[in-house]
Amino acid sequence: MSEVKIEKLCKSYGPVEVLKDIDLTVEDGSFVVLVGPSGCGKSTLLRSIAGLEPVNSGNMTIGGRQVNDLPPAQREIAMVFQSYALYPHMDVYNNMAFGLKFAKTPKAEIDARVNEAARILQLEPLLKRRPRELSGGQRQRVAIGRAIVRKPQVFLFDEPLSNLDAALRINTRVEIAKLHKMLTATIVYVTHDQVEAMTLADKIVVMNKGRVEQAGKPLDLYYKPSNLFVAGFIGSPAMNFLPAQVKKGGILALQDGQELKAALPSSCKTGDTVTLGFRPEHMSLGGTGKFALTGIIEIIERLGESGFAHVRLPSGQTVVAEVRGDPRTSSGQSARLTFDADNLHIFNAEGQRLN
Amino acid sequence: MRKPASAIAVHGILILYTALALFPILLVIMNSFKARKAIFGAPLAFPTPSTFSLIGYDKVFGDSSIVSYYINSITVTGGTIFFTLLFGAMAAWALTEYKFRWNTTLALFLAVGIMVPIRLGSVAIIQLIVEMNLINTLTALILVYTAQNLPLSIFILSEFIAQIPKDLREAGRCDGLSEYNIFFYIVLPLIKPAMATVAVFTMIPVWNDLWFPLLLAPTGGKQTITLGIQQFLGQYITDWNAVLSALSTAIIPVLILYVIFSRQLIRGLTSGAVK
Repeated sequence: MSEVKIEKLCKSYGPVEVLKDIDLTVEDGSFVVLVGPSGCGKSTLLRSIAGLEPVNSGNMTIGGRQVNDLPPAQREIAMVFQSYALYPHMDVYNNMAFGLKFAKTPKAEIDARVNEAARILQLEPLLKRRPRELSGGQRQRVAIGRAIVRKPQVFLFDEPLSNLDAALRINTRVEIAKLHKMLTATIVYVTHDQVEAMTLADKIVVMNKGRVEQAGKPLDLYYKPSNLFVAGFIGSPAMNFLPAQVKKGGILALQDGQELKAALPSSCKTGDTVTLGFRPEHMSLGGTGKFALTGIIEIIERLGESGFAHVRLPSGQTVVAEVRGDPRTSSGQSARLTFDADNLHIFNAEGQRLN
Repeated sequence: MRKPASAIAVHGILILYTALALFPILLVIMNSFKARKAIFGAPLAFPTPSTFSLIGYDKVFGDSSIVSYYINSITVTGGTIFFTLLFGAMAAWALTEYKFRWNTTLALFLAVGIMVPIRLGSVAIIQLIVEMNLINTLTALILVYTAQNLPLSIFILSEFIAQIPKDLREAGRCDGLSEYNIFFYIVLPLIKPAMATVAVFTMIPVWNDLWFPLLLAPTGGKQTITLGIQQFLGQYITDWNAVLSALSTAIIPVLILYVIFSRQLIRGLTSGAVK
């Protein structure tokens, strides 16, 4: 069992609170991705789990053992750094074997583990090379290898792909997913890239300003974001938001006067201001949806199979709609976007989900 | 591509400067191989078969105390380099890596040590060394030279240690290394080029120093070579053959040390650590 449990974790640098009351459970063998904008505290949380940052209060257990006051080495974790942090004066073999040597592991055991990791990561021909003689992707694999040989309870990844170029990033992403399946390892992974989060995670934890905004399965977060922040953060391009007012009888009135009927909870009172959210792929250009918005197409991003039309509404707001194939429209033309109430997300004035 | 004319000019200036710097050394070595008469007759001439003489070297190596002065000099210089590098690197690591209460004050105190020449404290140092019964010992010289060189070496090494990526030290911590092991197995190998620089800076003034050997270890067979050579310089007669031969051979040990360290100077060891 290598479950990670975090309760009421707080950390501050002087008066600045960087982590506020974090509760998080990483189930044994699961892949948890911490995601959020820069400065949201996700890296700090990861480093706290690693024991590299002291915390102010709260409780942390790894595999049922309280680790609050243990140094990193005794927490049975292995960390893969964004910069790889390979020891430049050692060859690949020694980079991986270094920690084991200090743990007084028998030499034969070290040999076996390093060779096993090298085989898994296809590093066998590179064992005698120094880090400076390796490409970025190879260095990345050595960094992962150094983590594997320690047989830790938990793997911690700190933005491991952000130094790789786009093509290599996608490859390595798949490699990491395969590795997770093969090792059935417990992984905590930090990234600011929500595509990485969506594709790798069993559970995504969205963080903002030192708090956990929402934690759940990737598709749950996608289809049922619990607040405005998560709704805007997950999904690319981002969800469109429009303000609306609650009218009598559960009718929502958009700013342009258009009214639409949606299932509203009883807590909604007449006169309340709400925010409507709808994703680009649920809007269509000139489709048959019940509700329509009209505006001027500012730009169409064509990706081949599909594209994104950025449409400026009379209110001055821009909404993005996905278009299939090659639409015969071009920028500057007026467009009619339609959508259905089924895929509508409704948030109250505090940003909490209502439906 | 640079224009050939300017390349020639640059090389011309450099060659001129090199010749200027090497000329006195060449003069010393050249004349050390000549008979006394030839040294005064034609100081700028190369030794010829008729003027060639090894009498100076005979005198220097015939005098057993001179050999022990060499050993003294090597011991003092070697000891000073060792302790300066060890304590300098340790202090630099502590000052850059750990945040503690008197961190800044301590760094300032050391900076003052760079600015104030240690010779100002000569009288106090003599008193101290006498009190400690260390007069006429090599230990006294090593202690004083280490103290003299520590501030600057801490200052230089701190700059280099600060450049070691934080992630590397933390990777070490995750790998289960103690703070001492991080220092000895990760930090020290990575600041080798800086340590070589400090070693060269330390070595040459210590080897050439006349002041402290004269004050702290002037007799008892504990003289360093620079002090030992003085015995050939008399008030009325100076044995130039012996002086020039001793000076020529005194160059060799520093030269060897320099060659060892300069290989490290060129190396950029941190490349490839992080992207």
